This record gives sequence, structure tokens and C-alpha cells, in this order.
Amino acid sequence: MYQTNYHRASSVADALKLLQDAEDGKFVSGGMTLIPAMKTRLAAPSDLIDLRHIAELKGISVEGNKVTIRAGTTHAEVATSRELAAVCPAICDLASHIGDPHVRHMGTIGGSVANNDPAADYPAAMLALGATVVTNSRELAAEDFFTGLFETALDDDEIVTAVYFTAAETCGYEKFPNPASRYAMTGVFVAKNGGDVRVAVTGAGGDGVFRSADLEAALAANFDASALEGASIPAEGLMSDIHASAEYRANLVVVMAKRAVAKARRG
Amino acid sequence: MGVEGIGARVARKEDKRFITGGGRYVDDMVVPGMKHAVFVRSPHAHADILGIDVSAAEAMPGVIGVLTGKQIKADGIGNLICGWMIHSKDGSPMNMGAWSPLAVDRVRYAGDAVAIVVAETKGQARDAAEAVEVSYQERDAVTSAVDALKPDAPQLHPEAAGNLIYDWEIGNGPETDAALARAAHITRMHIVNNRLVPNAMEPRAALGVYDKAEDHYTCWTTSQNPHVARLVMSAFYNVAPENKLRVIAPDVGGGFGSKIFIYPEEIVCLWASKRTGVPVKWVADRTESFLTDAHGRDHVTEVQLAFDENHRMIGLKVDTIANFGAYMSLFSSSVPTYLYATLLSGQYNIPAIHANVRAVYTNTAPVDAYRGAGRPEATYLLERTVETAARELGLSPAELRRKNFIREFPHQTPVIMNYDAGDYEASLSAAMQAADWDGFEARRSEAKSRGKLRGIGMSCYIEACGIAPSAAVGSLGAGVGLWESAEVRVNAVGTIEVLTGSHSHGQGHETTFAQLVSERFGVPLDSVSIVHGDTDKVQMGMGTYGSRSGAVGMSAIVKALDKVEAKAKKIAAHLMEADEGDIVIENGELKVAGTDKSVPWFQLALAAYTAHNLPGGMEPGLKETAFYDPSNFTFPAGCYICEVEIDPDTGITDIVQFVAADDFGNIINPMIVEGQVHGGIAQGVGQALLEGAHYDDSSGQLLTASYMDYTMPRADDLPSFQLSHQNTPCPSNPLGIKGCGEAGAIGSPPAVINAITDAIGTNDLQMPATPQKVWATIRSATRH
Repeated sequence: MYQTNYHRASSVADALKLLQDAEDGKFVSGGMTLIPAMKTRLAAPSDLIDLRHIAELKGISVEGNKVTIRAGTTHAEVATSRELAAVCPAICDLASHIGDPHVRHMGTIGGSVANNDPAADYPAAMLALGATVVTNSRELAAEDFFTGLFETALDDDEIVTAVYFTAAETCGYEKFPNPASRYAMTGVFVAKNGGDVRVAVTGAGGDGVFRSADLEAALAANFDASALEGASIPAEGLMSDIHASAEYRANLVVVMAKRAVAKARRG
Repeated sequence: MGVEGIGARVARKEDKRFITGGGRYVDDMVVPGMKHAVFVRSPHAHADILGIDVSAAEAMPGVIGVLTGKQIKADGIGNLICGWMIHSKDGSPMNMGAWSPLAVDRVRYAGDAVAIVVAETKGQARDAAEAVEVSYQERDAVTSAVDALKPDAPQLHPEAAGNLIYDWEIGNGPETDAALARAAHITRMHIVNNRLVPNAMEPRAALGVYDKAEDHYTCWTTSQNPHVARLVMSAFYNVAPENKLRVIAPDVGGGFGSKIFIYPEEIVCLWASKRTGVPVKWVADRTESFLTDAHGRDHVTEVQLAFDENHRMIGLKVDTIANFGAYMSLFSSSVPTYLYATLLSGQYNIPAIHANVRAVYTNTAPVDAYRGAGRPEATYLLERTVETAARELGLSPAELRRKNFIREFPHQTPVIMNYDAGDYEASLSAAMQAADWDGFEARRSEAKSRGKLRGIGMSCYIEACGIAPSAAVGSLGAGVGLWESAEVRVNAVGTIEVLTGSHSHGQGHETTFAQLVSERFGVPLDSVSIVHGDTDKVQMGMGTYGSRSGAVGMSAIVKALDKVEAKAKKIAAHLMEADEGDIVIENGELKVAGTDKSVPWFQLALAAYTAHNLPGGMEPGLKETAFYDPSNFTFPAGCYICEVEIDPDTGITDIVQFVAADDFGNIINPMIVEGQVHGGIAQGVGQALLEGAHYDDSSGQLLTASYMDYTMPRADDLPSFQLSHQNTPCPSNPLGIKGCGEAGAIGSPPAVINAITDAIGTNDLQMPATPQKVWATIRSATRH
């Protein structure tokens, strides 16, 4: 790791000022991707501005079906929130399977969505739940927020402060972990609201998280795993690496979608 | 057996310091004035070095020195050696290319060391290493040994035309060909043994200290055999004569073979210490470990196994290409020859065997011994082929094996080895019973009802440990003898220190070796200390590898104990005015049999040192040394059964049952033996399902250079193992020990793959059987 200056921001305004004052500053909110990248000298910010201790970024609130998770909330807090589990257990389930306990107690939902790792779990949930990403300056629909591999619509001096969504009637998440890293090699989040079904896929898309219109159509007609028997999605555009070819990932998308639906139906 | 003696499940003495963070590893060593080193490494798999400009690096903060290959050559430091001479079948010696500790004019793999930077802090050394400007002219690279043999392949070393190091054979070619010609059935297979990265928990490290006043060097290093390191660094690398070079291997956090070898880094740190005038410490980071630790396996083999009409094996023909990487590591040449092809008879009576092995240079990390070293490769190809043959012949895998088992001992195989003892049927029967083999079909049907493919597979392995009779290995090309030494020092108050040339880096020697002594003299385990790993304390030793420390290292201790016991009995007889032959040792006392006369052990020891009343002419003291040179290899063997369930939708394999039935001869500490088997199976399952070093074909970059991409086995990849022992004592050593350190890694891969191929109904599958590969195999099998 190169030398860097660590700052613990006390507020969003403080964080923005610290960034402005830094030569090449970077926000960190858990650092579960950034710190390893710095350790291997692949990233070298002059200043790290830690958002994890900002009080206004902490906490989960549930009003009826409307869920707000502030950005500094850790995966462990999401995984164990009773309020959240009452309306959207799938997102608790998802958070409980991110990384290992150390990661879950350091990593935050804001950090995860802002980083938009193509193998991260949260982006699939955000997309399938039709979540809104709130920043210090605006609100963005998840579809507009995630723009590519490790790319988002965020400006350099923009901070994710919260995400909110309406809990779906039924939803579920299933992932196939990469055997080595245990990141999602393919993860599928399905969410059903009346006749509207959304299927969002992480870990597989060449451009990052995406929705599968074909699987959504099949499930809208019949929200049951059997509706996907014989279904397939094209391998073109999917990631291919030593662990999984595009063809294998295409298969996993369908298999994980089936399992996510089955899980959703079990509740 | 006493509560702490032979056969007792004594908790490991050394674990207190390991578990509480009190272990002392090379990186824990701090000496006054010590500075930190970082190596500049080649980013290219193959390139010429046109020039190295160190001026910017030298000017960086904290930098003490930046040294290159030209300087190490100028100072007369030698090239790295390979310690085992192999001759090709045409009689020519192996074609060994030069390996300079720091590359001079060419780099041959990504990670090749080019320069060393010494600085006040590791961070400063790293910063300066980035500022060393190396001008490279890239060359084409080749990473596959099969490709490296092709006529148009990039050439690595001028000494090795066509990248061929040797073309070696063993066995009887004409007899084997004749057997194939008259065979009723031949099973043919193409077998790839995947390349593995050792992944010891502690990365390699070295601390070189040059004492100018004494003209003396000290090297702390992560070594499995510090005396061999001193010998080689002294005799071949011209670092310093042996009396001016002390090598210390303190606590070492796992080796699995990868810490047998002498690497460039420890040589360079010693040399750099003299050059810069400061102690120089280097500790590998994990990426360096992936890139530069000697890898294991990497064979491609064509095999033919011939049967007569009665399903008896009549001939085995093997053609292997072994990838050696960019340079010949210290014992690389012996691994795919005498540690591999000599085990190709397995547990079977095969009258004719012929193996041909070509060793090949490629632009990859050097390949050398890794847990099992040659025996896993032999076992894997043979046991997969036998299982496949059973399927082709319509026999149960147990029946085909039973028909061909060796049942009389000693048994001379056609490939050098003379098996001294074993009971293969016993292990096979025990394993099948433990696995409820007969109930498998019901379990398969039940799994099918859940949409799962269930399979069962077995593997009957044999290996050779206790390496090795010095004269025998010398005649086969070894540069060293493979005996072991021990010194037993009884202190004046009766406590005992055992100095051993074996080295413990996870094996639990401090416990098992002490158990031997406790058993012999009836003294508490706590009064026995095991001393190892320091050339200033232990006179000489050959170190720990090849599961040799029980059979060879402990046998040396037994010999020294015999001498101590004989002297102690003489003193006791003199003190009690009895006949020497009537003295017995019981419960920590020397007694005159049949009387109530006795001398406690501590009093006897004191008498030896006060020397007030010793037998006439006897020297004072109670300390004896012994060297033990084995008369034969030892032959651990066993039967492993693996049962799997495969999810056809994802291709993921779940090991639902794993049974290991082993014959290790006599056992000193069953708990430690079980731990060795558990760890070995974990590594074997790792090879079968998960692990594999993967180089990019064109760039020669290691794609699996971190745990993000290299899949290490984890607890949730493994079931609980069912272990049992069917021990036939080894007749060639005094303890009857065969060795247990590698069996798990040797026996398990074919059992796992045989189970998977049984489940998915095809024999065409190579390791590692990743979910993607299994899924694709199922899919292509269904398509046809």
C-alpha cells in the first residue's frame, strides 16, 4: 500500500469538504474492495475519507412497505434487521451471504452500490426491487444508477446517502458463488408485484447487473419455477473467464432464477 | 504403552505456542540494524533484458542498495543446481539450463527475480523497486509442456534443444509391447495431472546476516532441511564455507515440499547483506508465493493397461510429459522419474511395465516436489485407468482389483521397487464395509428421486516413503545420501534433549519424537525436548519430506536411544552390583530384575555426570549420536472410497462420504496421524475438485495468482472423514513405521474423480472437476 491520509468524516458536508481539500481523495465506506486494491497498489488515493461513522448515514427504517436503508448500514445490520425481515426477508437473506462475517461487519450497502462490482449482490436486489438511490444531491432510479462494470451515474463528489424501495409482495435471491472468491458468479434476484415480475442478474453480465426480459415475461405469466423449464437466455454479452464460460453463466442464470423463485414462493 | 508413550493420543506439545501466537517464524526475527528487501521481478514470461537502470531507485528515500544479476555474477555466486542427475535413455546427461539467482540477460517466467532493493522499510523498498527501470525485449512464451516440445516452440535454454531436459525410460519396453500385442483387452486413457500451487500458510522468507568481523553468515530461512540448504549454499553457490555459514529454520508454517528447495531469495539476501553491510530480510507476499514457490504436478500422460482373457493385468505402458517450468528446481528431476514411475505397479501384480518420461522447460514457475511428489501422479493415472478398465470389462472395481492384488511379500515389481509388506485386501474390505458399498445402489436411486446424480469411486494406492537407502539413491543419481541423524543428550538431572536432523513444520515432531523417549525411559513427556532446525545445534541432517521423519528420523533416534540405554544399564549394574543383563527400565527407574533394587532415572543421569563411581574405563556423561541409513523404502498403502452427489443443473459436486483405510505400519500418535490424513485428503480433494494453476497460453501470465482465482479447499468443501487403519508393521526399520504424511494427498484424487465419472457416466474428465467442467461434461455426454 502506498502512503495515504485517513480521515473520518463526521457528516456528509464534512466528507465533501475533505474530498475537496484532498489531492486525490476517495470515499471509503467499508473498503472491502478498495482496501485490497490499495494493498496490491492497484489503487493509490492520496486521502481516504471514511463515511462509515457518519450518524446521518446509519439505520434502517420501514414504514408500511416502504423501506429506507441508509448508506452506512452494514451488511450484518441488514441481515439481522427484524423490521426488514418482516417486509422483505429476501434482502436480509442476500446480505447474510455477502462475504464472510468480517466483511459483513465492515461492508456497507452504500459502499456496495457505489462500487457496483459486477459480482456484488446488492445491485441485483436494487434493480429487481426498483429501488431509488439517494445521493447528497439527487435521487436516481437503480436502472439509471448502475451504468457498467464498476461504473455508476455518481459524480466524483457525490455520495450515496440511502436507498429506498417498496418491498415486493414476493421476492427471493439465489446465487452461485465463484468457487475461489465466493463472489456471485451468477446471482439472480426475482421480485413480484401483482403482474409485474422483475428478474435482475448479477455476476454474469458483460456490462454488469442487468434485467432479463425473457425470464420476466415467462414468470409474469406464471410465477413458478416450472415456468422456466426449458427456458434459456443468450450467452452473448455475458462474462467469460477461467471459472465460468458465457454459456455456463447463461445456464446458471436460468437455474438461479428458478431457485430464487422457489425460494420466494417458500417465503 | 504408557500414557505418553508409543501409541498414545498425546496432545501436541508445540500447539500451545502456535495457537497462542507464540510461534517464532522468520518474519518474527529482528536483529540489530536489520533492513528490508523487495525483489524486482519480471512482469514478462519470456524476455531479453536489454538494460537495467537503478539510478532513480538508488536515489529514493531510505534506499541502502539496489543490486542486480551482473553484480552477483561478478562476485562469483553460483547458479542454482539440481541435485539429482538423470540420464536420458540414450545415455546422455540431462540438459540443464543455467539459473542465475538474479537474471542477467534473460527472464524466463513471470516472477523471475531481476534485482533486489534494500531499504530502511519494506514500503520504501517497494517504492524503489518500482523505480528500477528494466528494459525488456519480449519473446514469445510457451506454458504448456506439450506445446513446448513442438518444433516451432519458443526456446528457453541454449543447453536444452527443443526444450527437452531428458527423455528417460524405465521398465521393459519389448516385454510390455508384447503384452499389449497379445492382450484380450486394453484400456487407454489420456490423463492430465493438474498443476498446483503449494500455498503454505507462511510465505517463504529469508533473513541474511553477514558478520564482517567474523567473516561469518547467518541465514534464517523457511526451510524443511536447513542442513541441506547450508550444504548447497556452501558447496555450489560459493556463499561461504560451511563453518562460516549458519542456517536456521525456526518455526516454519507449512511446506508441503515447497520449502525443501533452495531458492534464489535466500542466496541473494545473504550476498546482499555482505554487499550492503546490513542484515537483509525478505518476506514473500502472497502474490510472490503464487508466482515463485515451486509448483507441483503438471503431467500429461498417455496410458495403456493390458489384460488377458481372465482380467489379469499383463502389461502397463505409460508415456508422460512433465512440465518443469523455466528452471530445474533442486529435486525436480527425481519427481517424475524415481518418485513416480517406480510406483506404477500400484498394488497389482503387473509382469511388464514400461514408462517413458520427457521433462520439458516452459515459461512457468519451476515445478518440483509437492506433497506426494510423483506418487500422486502415478496413483492417479493407475487408479483412474483400473476403474475405467473395470467399467469397460463389466466388472466391479473391487473385483478387478482383487483379481490383480499382490498377495505375497516381498514382491519385486518390474520398476525397481521391492514391496516388503502389506495387506491390500484388508484395507479394501475395511473401506468397502465402512462405506456401505453394498448399499450404494439404493442411495443412488434415492438421490435420483431428488434430481441428483450420485456416484461412488475407489482408489487403492501404494506409495514409497522413508526415503531412502543412500547407496540405492546414489546409484540412481541422487547428489546426497538420505539417512538421518540423531543425538540424545541426557542432562545431569535426567531431562533429555533430542537433536534431530528432521525438521518439523507442522508434523508434530516435538510430540511424537518425545513420545519415543518417554516410552523408552519412562520419563514424563515434559522432561523431553526436541531440538531441530539449526545447523549450529544439530550437526547434520537431511530434513523432512517424503514422509521420512517417522521411518528414518525416528529410527535414528531409536539407534541413539539404544546406545544411551546400553550405557545407562552398565552404570546401573555397576551401582547396584548386579549383572548388566539383569537391568530393566520401568516407570522411570533402572531395576535389577526380580529384586527390589533400583536407581531412579535422574539419579542414574547424575551418576553419569558426577563420575564418582563409574565402571572402570568408562567415559563420563550420557550422550549418544547415531546415523540411520534405511535398508529399503517403506510402502504405505490403503484404499479410499469417495461418494459424491452432483447437481446436474450446476455441475457442483458435493462429497457426501469419504472413507480412508490406511496401512501406515506402527503408529506413534494416532491423533497426529489422523491429522495428517485429514490434511492430505483436503489437499487431494483440492486437486480433484478445486485447485489448478492456470497460465494464459499466449502471455504466460499466471491467471490464478491470488485467492480470488485460485480455489483453496475450505471446510465447507469437505465432509467428515471416516478413517481406519489396517497396519502391517514395516519390516525394514526398528519401529515398524511406514509414514503417513502424504497418503491422503496421494490416494484421494482418483477416488474423487472415479466417483464423479461414475455419477455422470463418462470416463472423460480431467481435474479439477470444477462445476463448470462437470456441467459441460454432462451436457456434451447427453448431447451425443
